[in-house]
Amino acid sequence: MSTSVSRAKQTKGNTLPDIIRPYGDTTGDGMVQVSFTLPIPLDKLAEGAALQLAAKMGLAPALLVHAKAMGSDFTFFILYGSVSHLVNLSEVVVVEREFALLSAKEVNAAIKKRLRRKLVVVGACIGTDAHTVGIDAILNIKGFAGEKGLEYYTEIKVVNCGAQVLVPELVARARAERADAVLVSQVVTQKDAHIHNTMTMSAAFREAYPAGKVPLLIVGGPRFDQGSAATLGVDRIFGKGTTPGEVASYLVHAIRSGKVAASLA
Amino acid sequence: MTAVTPVTRVRPTSPAKPKLELDPAVIRKARSLARKAGAPVVKLARTHTTVSVERAVLRLAGLSGADHEGVPWVNHLVDAVRAEVGLELGVTAPVFDALRRGEAPDLLTLAQKSAAGSVPFHRPQGRDSHAASSLALRSVKPGMARIDKNRATRDRLIKRHGNPKQRPWIYLIVATGDIYEDIPQAQTAAREGADVIAVIRSTGQSLLDFVPEGATREGYAGTYATQENFRLMRAALDEVSKELGRYIRLVNYASGLCMPEIATLAGLERLDMMLNDSMYGILFRDINPIRTFVDQRFSRQIHARAGIIINTGEDNYLTTADAVDAAHTVTVSQLMNEYFAKEAGLEDWQLGLGHAFEINPEIPDSFRMELAQALLARQLFPKAPLKWMPPTKHMTGDVFRGYLLDGFFNLVGAMTSQDILLVGMMTEAVVTPFLSDRDLALQNVRYVLSAAGGLTEDFHPPRDGFIQTRARRVLSEAVDLLEKIVNDTGEPGSVPLLQAISDGTFGLMKRPSDAGKGLDGVVKCAPGYDNPVSTLLEAGI
Repeated sequence: MSTSVSRAKQTKGNTLPDIIRPYGDTTGDGMVQVSFTLPIPLDKLAEGAALQLAAKMGLAPALLVHAKAMGSDFTFFILYGSVSHLVNLSEVVVVEREFALLSAKEVNAAIKKRLRRKLVVVGACIGTDAHTVGIDAILNIKGFAGEKGLEYYTEIKVVNCGAQVLVPELVARARAERADAVLVSQVVTQKDAHIHNTMTMSAAFREAYPAGKVPLLIVGGPRFDQGSAATLGVDRIFGKGTTPGEVASYLVHAIRSGKVAASLA
Repeated sequence: MTAVTPVTRVRPTSPAKPKLELDPAVIRKARSLARKAGAPVVKLARTHTTVSVERAVLRLAGLSGADHEGVPWVNHLVDAVRAEVGLELGVTAPVFDALRRGEAPDLLTLAQKSAAGSVPFHRPQGRDSHAASSLALRSVKPGMARIDKNRATRDRLIKRHGNPKQRPWIYLIVATGDIYEDIPQAQTAAREGADVIAVIRSTGQSLLDFVPEGATREGYAGTYATQENFRLMRAALDEVSKELGRYIRLVNYASGLCMPEIATLAGLERLDMMLNDSMYGILFRDINPIRTFVDQRFSRQIHARAGIIINTGEDNYLTTADAVDAAHTVTVSQLMNEYFAKEAGLEDWQLGLGHAFEINPEIPDSFRMELAQALLARQLFPKAPLKWMPPTKHMTGDVFRGYLLDGFFNLVGAMTSQDILLVGMMTEAVVTPFLSDRDLALQNVRYVLSAAGGLTEDFHPPRDGFIQTRARRVLSEAVDLLEKIVNDTGEPGSVPLLQAISDGTFGLMKRPSDAGKGLDGVVKCAPGYDNPVSTLLEAGI
């Protein structure tokens, strides 16, 4: 898979310490703030229960600063405390971006040079998901976070199918448009709908296309586990806050690594 | 209970001095352009019917229930009639003609037999046609009477329990997917101070071409709208209204492919408000424009009759378009919604025209522009119960900042006399609200209303200042856009508003009138088309 997993920060010669603690107002104080609700009425017992939970979460000492009854059956708490856990930076595993960020001009030039035709991107929200905000932010010319969407790129042809597109419809459209890449946005996560929908989608594409000819499958949404691309059967997952430029740069990276060219032969 | 009620304030019915100095001639022009844009669409709506309108008629005639696979009997019967003789004359003529001929003793049996393909339907002629038509009229009267009776019951309960003591009314959403989870949540929300409870629908429902049956426990990001769910929730809220001494209103969604049927079920089960926008389904759900306008007119006639307040969906425009540049599209949509609503018989007090706090908070003067827009809506529609909707687009994972933004949203609502306030959650765009999020959100609303509600008295933006100028500019841009729509004529005989919609004038989405979901359910009425419900609705009897 294109996603590379690496150990962070160790080899870069920077001066971050290995072990850190949360910072309240002094280095090493470990201070954090948490809030939660317990399903019991507000009284001394409830306050004790909140402190017990805080202790089990590693807050020692914990300071109960706010307790409020919500109706007769629930109590809301805010606590501050020093967390006893340590963060070991050398054990942090993150997904690093495996491709270089390119400008729109560079993206267009790269597509022209490598493909000698427009790159075709088909996008949709699938299943019952009606939230087009994500796919629109990436595709619409208006874009997101000050960056223009993929429609703005002269060498990319964008087909935005909109919301609540059925998977067979999406596959048919991708075939009709000879899509190089399929972008799917999934915002609704109730009952893991985003997972089910994505897996259904990737399976349908694998079924409809001969092996090795499946378009690049890209899924985006705020609640995907960044490392789960392989499980979901997609090439790349993009999370919250992804800009169109990142997606475009990734597309070029995929062309360069042969993923797109291969699908054209 | 007194603890949850903010200081009572009575809005003066006719403010001594308007807060914005808008040119009455421009306002008149805006309304006349809206009428000009809307009238050809109404004509279109009058000359077409849809499968869902016909199914709604059968529901009013008392047909309900579904087969073992969950396909409603109204769908079976309409499909059978359509397959055999078409719907150009309406579903009732062939159906009640078949009943008269003794094909079945009642509608349910007829629908069951028709599902098996064993009922011959005819287009009755002459005397038979008259007889079928009068039988149909008699058959839908009990349904209409039930809607009328529900309206009277609502009036009585409001008199007994009372309206909320404050304006705006506090509107909260529940959405678990399971009606039996929704019920205690809704009751809790009412106890915490909600005046209006909306049960969000499962996201897929707008594109279902049938209304699910029975109590449902499975839904995505919401609970299916079904007649039984409506009944259960209304009963639960009646119980809590009695307990609280305050009539709690229930909201659902008359939108999507089954809009007319859901509107009908809302009337039959005494729902109090329905989300019902004139163009939302077209633009955001890609539902065929003609289907939408036909369904919508019928739905609004039902709402008018049932005493239901509609809530329009202008907030949606701003989630795709920019809230500063596209502010005037909200005004245009409000004017169109007003025109279509009044044409369908709704009165001013039933027009919950929508607008939202969606200007990017990073923009300088964003709050002043929000105030200008909210005042503009207030002043253009002085008698309408405006629905003020919270920020969503610019809510981030920073819940602390979100809480502040919601406070400012509440402040605009308080300062501009909004009537229905959808409570903003700081966890918008993060998670389904926690119990504590809702509690914090209500504290926010109460604090702002009690601390600053009286500002309506003191706050008068200066003549030709930033706010007045901004409001005038938005209004004039709205007039320009309406002019553009009215003049958007394609081929002769084309409808300018439909042309504008297909050109992508609204929300940048192009929706041609010969495409979109539900198009195959649209039927052009033939001379002699009969719809007993429309007959009663149009005549007001």
